Amino acid sequence: MRILRVGVHAVLLELADGDEVDAWRAELLRRRAVGELRAIEIVPGARTILLDGVTDVATTATLVGGWGPPPAAGPATGDLIRIPVEYDGEDLADVAAAWGTDEAGVIERLSATELRVAFCGFSPGWGYLTGLPPELAMPRLDTPRQRVPAGSVALGGEYVGIYPTASPGGWRLIGRTDVTLFDVTADPPALLTPGKRVRLVAVAATRDEPVPLEAAR
Amino acid sequence: MIEITQPGLLTTVQDLGRPGWAHLGVPRSGALDVPALELANQLAGNVTGAAGLEVTMRGCAFRTHVSTVVAVTGAPTEVLVDGGTAPFCAPLVLAPGSTVEIKPPRTGVRTYVAFAGGVVVPEVLGSRATDTLSGLGPSPLKAGDRLPLGMTWHDPTILDTVRGRRTRWDEITLAISLGPRDDWFTDEAIGTLLGTAYSLSMKSNRVGARLTGPSLTRAVAGELPSEGIVLGAVQVPADGQPLVFLADHPTTGGYPVIAVVDAADLPLLAQARPGAAVRFRQTGGHGPQR
Repeated sequence: MRILRVGVHAVLLELADGDEVDAWRAELLRRRAVGELRAIEIVPGARTILLDGVTDVATTATLVGGWGPPPAAGPATGDLIRIPVEYDGEDLADVAAAWGTDEAGVIERLSATELRVAFCGFSPGWGYLTGLPPELAMPRLDTPRQRVPAGSVALGGEYVGIYPTASPGGWRLIGRTDVTLFDVTADPPALLTPGKRVRLVAVAATRDEPVPLEAAR
Repeated sequence: MIEITQPGLLTTVQDLGRPGWAHLGVPRSGALDVPALELANQLAGNVTGAAGLEVTMRGCAFRTHVSTVVAVTGAPTEVLVDGGTAPFCAPLVLAPGSTVEIKPPRTGVRTYVAFAGGVVVPEVLGSRATDTLSGLGPSPLKAGDRLPLGMTWHDPTILDTVRGRRTRWDEITLAISLGPRDDWFTDEAIGTLLGTAYSLSMKSNRVGARLTGPSLTRAVAGELPSEGIVLGAVQVPADGQPLVFLADHPTTGGYPVIAVVDAADLPLLAQARPGAAVRFRQTGGHGPQR
């Protein structure tokens, strides 16, 4: 682990991989809960964790650097969320071609993969979902779309993502879901929080009668 | 209650924002010039963090439906109450039905208006701030919008500290600490960052202050895996032109952050107009354990 200074109120923990991020995130949340760490934000990234709003950068770096590596987060520990997906995305055929299969093959592959929320960002409720092997990474569109509808399920780089709200976007659209991903009155407000496990469940094309989340469980 | 009669270019409700949700992708938001909002709150008799209005560049106008105390701070401007000139940076006691016009500022960009009791639109995740990036909080204000005011305040305050406040932002110098990704840039790029007067771009907004000037060249090519971003981060996108993240910044990003501006200097950026000369001064060094 390398600890980098980020201005006068934050440090960045640079870690080896997503598994280490997961383990350290759980450890830092635990230590904050018992009062051993003071930080307003604990923000996981792809290979890093940002501790923002710390009282003193040098003291925090020494403190965290003195903690031994946390036990690895076991596989399949987080809550499992099932997301019903209607696979009718505009880029599904392109993804199938890139993966050397047909559209049914893409759906089969995604349905068989347990994904995990590695970190959040881009917009409230957006989770970067990992679990696809690197060889299935999809480059983003050269020219992003002006408007991607809310609920669009998409591939970008090594990640799967779901647009919580309509926004511009350059990810490859493979399908859509009716699940609400962000609700300011819910606790927590985001459905996909770091560490949660996610399964995409294929549902039949029923635009008029969307399958509720409960029915997919 | 007050009623917006002219929203101007961009008038939003702002408080101290909603820190603590970055791990879910929720930006911090809040006033760009926090000391100006806090001064307005103090003058109006409010507690720290009460929500007020952030008025951008072109002024705004509103009508009171109750008696209240108003204070106007930040970018210096003419304040008209029922058509007559009223003092800037002072508590103004207003009767119900008063019309208040905030003129475009003479210098600076953002003027703040506090009301006794504060603007008490519903809180979203602990804050009433408008987040222009994510859309959380109330929408930017429109003519006819009615804003409820709180019922709790102290006697208004007259402060000596109002004198001596800065009124020009044509040339500003921002204190920075290098890192966390200064090692992604050449030594020349670091020298350029510290030795150049950049120009503030027209494309700046509440998300970030975009700068134009010499490109900062990378020593490391390729993409940086997305990582958390702090307020004041100086990010360098592919075109090499630095951008300083302000309150509505995204919570993660994939371009390297070469340095971080001290939060105490961000109000200078909040008030600098496009074309202002922006310099950086190094105060902190490389991080521990590197």
